[in-house]
Amino acid sequence: MKKLQVLGTGCPKCKKLAENAEAAAKALGIEYTLEKVTNISDIMKFGVMTTPALAVDGVVTSAGKVPSVDEIKSMMS
Amino acid sequence: MAKCSCAGGVKVVLPCSGSANVGQIANEAAKRLDIEGTAKFFCTAGLGGHVSGMVASVKGADKVLVLDGCPVGCARKCAEEAGISGFERVVVSELGIEKKHEFNIAEADIQKVVAQCRATLSASGAKKGAGCCG
Repeated sequence: MKKLQVLGTGCPKCKKLAENAEAAAKALGIEYTLEKVTNISDIMKFGVMTTPALAVDGVVTSAGKVPSVDEIKSMMS
Repeated sequence: MAKCSCAGGVKVVLPCSGSANVGQIANEAAKRLDIEGTAKFFCTAGLGGHVSGMVASVKGADKVLVLDGCPVGCARKCAEEAGISGFERVVVSELGIEKKHEFNIAEADIQKVVAQCRATLSASGAKKGAGCCG
């Protein structure tokens, strides 16, 4: 079970990142949970300085941009 | 404070903040660049410690300025070890400021470094797009 966390306050880029992350997980056929972390204090605990960001199993894999579905697939594998 | 990158053009500065006058001048210059909005001051120690959020944030920036105090280049090495490439670099001691193990830093030296950082970032340019957060 992969734990996906989208870090961001809810702007369109954050929503697009969440969509791409879900699409990547589904394309890989893996089980996942998706959490949207919108509280700034909680986001800061990840050491993230720019949002949106994506964490996979607690490790931040991208920040400040929206990676493509293919890029996120490689981050998960 | 984490900042939305929706408007693009995110510039970051990574000072060495080392234990000499030039390191502390670099640190003070980075603070001023952040306060005036020229570049966001990022934690070089976090990068060196491979804190995933810090590394990903720097990799996601449009422009990265490494601000070393001296030719030893600790900030540059932290960036390279973290897989950061394509960054700009300013070295305080190459601006006519002698490295000493003391902490009485001169205002004129800070201003000289800030000016050089502004010029370097300005020359390198950065793309800027439309924001989405208002």
